[in-house]
Amino acid sequence: MSGKDRVIIELSDLEVERGGVPVLAIPSFRLHEGEFVSLVGPNGCGKSTLLLSMMGLLRRKGGRIFYRGKEVHSSGDALAFRRRIAMVLQEPLLFDATVHENVASGLKMRGLRRKEIGEKVALALERLRLAGMGHRSARKLSGGEARRVSLARALAVEPEVLLLDEPFSNLDPPTRHDIAEDLEKSMRAARVAAIMVTHDQSEALRLSDRIVVMDEGEIVQCGIPAAVMNDPPNVFMARWVGMETILDGIVKERAHGVLRVAVDGGEIEAMGEESPGKEVYCCIRPENVTVERRDKPGPPGRNAFPAKLVDVSAAGTFLRVNLDCGFELVSYLTPESFAGLGLHDKSEVIASFPVAAVHLVRKRAKGARGD
Amino acid sequence: MDLILQGIAQALHLLWSLDREVLAITLLSLEVSGAATAISVVIGISLGTAIALAPFWGKQLVVSVVNTGMGLPPVVVGLFVSILLWRSGPLGFLGILYTPAAIVIAQSIIATPIVMGITIGAMQNLPPNLRLQILALGATRWQMVWWLVKEARLPLMAGVMAGFGGVISEVGASIMVGGNVKGYTRVLTTATVMETGRGNFDIAIALSVILLALCLSVNYLLTMVQQRDRPR
Repeated sequence: MSGKDRVIIELSDLEVERGGVPVLAIPSFRLHEGEFVSLVGPNGCGKSTLLLSMMGLLRRKGGRIFYRGKEVHSSGDALAFRRRIAMVLQEPLLFDATVHENVASGLKMRGLRRKEIGEKVALALERLRLAGMGHRSARKLSGGEARRVSLARALAVEPEVLLLDEPFSNLDPPTRHDIAEDLEKSMRAARVAAIMVTHDQSEALRLSDRIVVMDEGEIVQCGIPAAVMNDPPNVFMARWVGMETILDGIVKERAHGVLRVAVDGGEIEAMGEESPGKEVYCCIRPENVTVERRDKPGPPGRNAFPAKLVDVSAAGTFLRVNLDCGFELVSYLTPESFAGLGLHDKSEVIASFPVAAVHLVRKRAKGARGD
Repeated sequence: MDLILQGIAQALHLLWSLDREVLAITLLSLEVSGAATAISVVIGISLGTAIALAPFWGKQLVVSVVNTGMGLPPVVVGLFVSILLWRSGPLGFLGILYTPAAIVIAQSIIATPIVMGITIGAMQNLPPNLRLQILALGATRWQMVWWLVKEARLPLMAGVMAGFGGVISEVGASIMVGGNVKGYTRVLTTATVMETGRGNFDIAIALSVILLALCLSVNYLLTMVQQRDRPR
């Protein structure tokens, strides 16, 4: 898209406090035209606060907001700025009125003419597959329908930016998927830029141009989905991207870029630049952990440990296998390879993982979040 | 038993023949209580909304005062308004004691806390994030307040009816500040008290039937509103 590099909203040194406690500190953030950004992070890390203060709905302690390069002052053009953005909160929060009146509400506030309102509402209803439901009472909708109406209501005002605060929470997965798809289509059609708070990994990966990771009121990472998937900055994100094994460790030795890290119950090797004595978390994806029989020929490789199988559970089409090799490891096996290895509860095996598959997260001085 | 049956028959006759005096009394009751309700709605809903929405120190105290006011005894209000409007009182120069205007003032004081209290409750019962959502749709501050009031319209209507029900049926304040002057400040309740005292049960019953019918219609509307408000 040609307009992609044009900045719509820019935040600079944004600071928000609640009861004298800083809850948000964003030195700089830019949203580009037509861009889809996912906002992820643990509960209470400031995601919703960021959306609300971006829209000017929270008093900020400091900082500036620019709309297309022009500063938005809290007095004069704040309303005009707010009217170019639409926000959808976690609950649908529909008015006790018909679907049509709900979708028309933002347009009415802008003082549009009846005919124009009718046309825009019809388009928004159609885009979210609500055509023909305009006369129904918003009180009598299913959860999914209510969500569609709240999204249509936001899209009807033809915003340049859409702020979505977990717009699909509390929906069953198929409904969630359908609504996300329709929303995405509508947004691409209208070329709306969006920031979406989400906890759903697959949703964020599918929809986003960029993923922004927040922790304790700060942006700790911002990048394309692949970068975030491969390089989680903290334990919360390591879990979020699916690194199920997370071990507490201390770097013992560094040689040629390979670290020996002491973990509780063993020692593993990892790639990294940390200096000895540093406390780290070693994060390993289950799909990188290989399980073999004890009697397998050949010398043991690096990071290979005799292990005992302690638990097996279903994880989608895979089996999730918990292994005890002094420390705990999680591996995913297909049911076929599980059977092929002749495994059963309490099997004795060799578990191994490549040195490059260990992702290190430095422990933060404040104490790590998410564990 | 005869007394009651006779009374009812006479009452029906009075109603049927549209007795001029009874009709005048009924109309005055509706006018006075209607005006008092209208005043209490304007004050009660606007102030109640402001109290519910604005954060300020001592809010709980204010809300409890309003809630106490919902049960204000009419005779106390009557006494207070009488003193105010007494010829030598602070508002004596107005010369409106024993006029319908005095009853309207007293009844407004009775109904306003009722409407205000129900308004505060209704506004505080709205989802807390609705305000943010309305602003996020592009509303100005005033538009936000308007949409919130619209959203609370059903309980607010109940408040209006409760206020009307409270004043149409009160007697203490009306008799104290209105004086039950024939053809001038005589309303349904004061007339009933007087006719009963005189032993004119037929007229008293006729007046009571009208009063009951009025209260019943108000409560019927109130109930309909409540039933409609039972959502989802």
